[in-house]
Amino acid sequence: MAGDDVVVEGSGPDPDVGTASVKGVGPDTLAPAAVPVAMPEVVADSLGEYLRAWWVRIKGGDSGVLPILAGLVIIIVIFQSQQSVFLSAGNIVNLLTQAAVFILLGLAEIFALVLSEIDLSTGFVAGVGGMIIAELMADPVNWPWWSAVIIGLAATTAIGALHGTLITRLRLPSFIVTLAGLLGWEGVLIWLADVDKGAVGGVVRINNSVVYNLVNGNMSVVAGWITLVVVVALYAAVTLNRSFRRRRQGLSTPPLSITIATIVLVAVVGVALVAICSVNRGALVALEGVPWVVPFVLVIVLAWSWLFARTRTGRYMYAIGANPEAARRAGINVAWIRTFGFMMCSLTAGLAGLVYESRLGSIATDIDGGTLVLYAVAAAVIGGASLFGGRGKPVHALLGGVVIAAVYNGLGLLGVTAAGQDMATALVLLAAVTVDSLVRRRGRTMA
Amino acid sequence: MNGEPDGGTGGTDGTGGTGGTAPPLLQLRGVSKSFGAVRALDGVDLDVPAGHVTALVGDNGAGKSSLIKTVAGLWAPDAGHIRWQGRTVVIHSPKDAERLGITTIYQDLALCDNLDIVQNMFLGHEVRRFGLLDEGAMETASRDTLRELAVTTVRSIRQPVASLSGGQRQSVAVAKAVMARTRLVIMDEPTAALGVSQTRQVLDLIARLSDQGVAVLMISHNLNDVFEVADRIAVLYLGRMVVTRPASEFDRQSVVEYMTTGATSGKVG
Repeated sequence: MAGDDVVVEGSGPDPDVGTASVKGVGPDTLAPAAVPVAMPEVVADSLGEYLRAWWVRIKGGDSGVLPILAGLVIIIVIFQSQQSVFLSAGNIVNLLTQAAVFILLGLAEIFALVLSEIDLSTGFVAGVGGMIIAELMADPVNWPWWSAVIIGLAATTAIGALHGTLITRLRLPSFIVTLAGLLGWEGVLIWLADVDKGAVGGVVRINNSVVYNLVNGNMSVVAGWITLVVVVALYAAVTLNRSFRRRRQGLSTPPLSITIATIVLVAVVGVALVAICSVNRGALVALEGVPWVVPFVLVIVLAWSWLFARTRTGRYMYAIGANPEAARRAGINVAWIRTFGFMMCSLTAGLAGLVYESRLGSIATDIDGGTLVLYAVAAAVIGGASLFGGRGKPVHALLGGVVIAAVYNGLGLLGVTAAGQDMATALVLLAAVTVDSLVRRRGRTMA
Repeated sequence: MNGEPDGGTGGTDGTGGTGGTAPPLLQLRGVSKSFGAVRALDGVDLDVPAGHVTALVGDNGAGKSSLIKTVAGLWAPDAGHIRWQGRTVVIHSPKDAERLGITTIYQDLALCDNLDIVQNMFLGHEVRRFGLLDEGAMETASRDTLRELAVTTVRSIRQPVASLSGGQRQSVAVAKAVMARTRLVIMDEPTAALGVSQTRQVLDLIARLSDQGVAVLMISHNLNDVFEVADRIAVLYLGRMVVTRPASEFDRQSVVEYMTTGATSGKVG
């Protein structure tokens, strides 16, 4: 690492080699100009400087969420030009509910990826969590929905604790442990259905209206708008307050215009979302309002973002993902933080299982956990998390999940077969991983 | 060298050292360490005074790394003892060393590339307010520390460490130690793999560090750097401390002779 750095100063790695003679040899021996790959907001005081720094960073390969947003726009334009139903209110709401499971599974995977690990079991852990919740609510147990949900999520969290303990205490690779989980938890899922006399053909129906309406029920139109206004107002107050406070303390702060632009962007996206969901999309009876699952997923994304960005635990997860030895020397309990990451991963998978069964109105042993986990990794990586550890945010899973849902939804509308859908998603994933790998390579040579 | 635990220095025992001549910050007496049949350290004596730079030199396998790892608490010595401010201490773990105020900066620097300067400087010691990270307090403290050390080349303390040059990374590692109110900084080859101007930066930084009253123990192969910043030079040869003297009493030739043969042919000393 340190050896790469000397090019920035224009001198060779050997201190005895004169810099002047090196420069005289020819253009191909010249080091590239020093380009700071810093967050633009930290080196800029004015809007112009900020945008310039941002552009430098994009050219440097660290483009943040920009490629994914651009990709999403391209996907939308392509599908809309082929099939005008794509951007109808009914289909957009359908797409959002499809995306919810991908987003939550991707969110689960973010915990593993940031730690420079992987969790291949999330699909079937989601299935096990969903099955436990469904069975506890159904005959003959008939528990109230909330206690079923708490037990189901506790069970998946315990699964994560088991994975994490095996990985950290026995020092097994997470790939192998969770590969065993991929097989083992499917077995447990089938066993859970076998011991339940009420599960005919391995299917347990969701009979509770609260759980069913999580995806299939909508907020009233008025409630949707009120929620939006409250959320945007709160967001604006918090960000502006933070910006002014940092400015007063003389800390590095992005330009005020950028802060305001961000708030406006959030407000515009929110208004568009609520407006689309408020259109009556029912054919026979009125069907309108924001599905409950949308705020449900957003709250989880926000909570986990807060965990990653504002708490010590989140900071330590990034540190361990980049340099576990440095983390250990800093006195961080690396084994515990890793285990905690796997617990959060499996807990989030359990939430995905809840959304999955709510959407279908049932949970069955034929849940394709193997494919789901691949979507989970794909969603996280497409959104911008790195497979190489240390980089990834909950918002990446949000964007990646929407992209995957858009591809599936769009290809489905066009009547493309399952074979074509799989191949198309594979291409999107490959493109995303290529970007990730290129960013990493350029980051290395320039750092 | 003579294997006696209490060799030589008078009046150092447990007086707290407030009046008169204070004992050196760190003293090693008769420290030995073996790995199987290999005697890595053989009755080593060493004084490291505060506010001075002590250079530890020696050929490969002379025991330099073994010595700093003993002080850093990575393992306990087989024999001999360590005194800190005149008081005998036992350093069981890196945590113990940290509690005394000893920071070791290894060649890999132990920085996280994905975290920014502030985050690296506070890693493991984050300031919190209501249980949440207090970024404002950490940023202010980091900025003040960097300013004290006159580290001015970084554009922003909120840029990720991955974007820094080798000298800047070394500076961040040193600033991290200073912020932890370290009394003794042990640096392992701080200028290896650095270019000319970056070596300059780091040597200046080491000089400022000792001006602030911090003791610096520096391992280096580069005699140019050693003669430039070191106040005292200690030479290890095959696990034994062959000589420790003020740097002004050495010349390049004599240091090389001590390093390669364990003795000198004459004119010095």
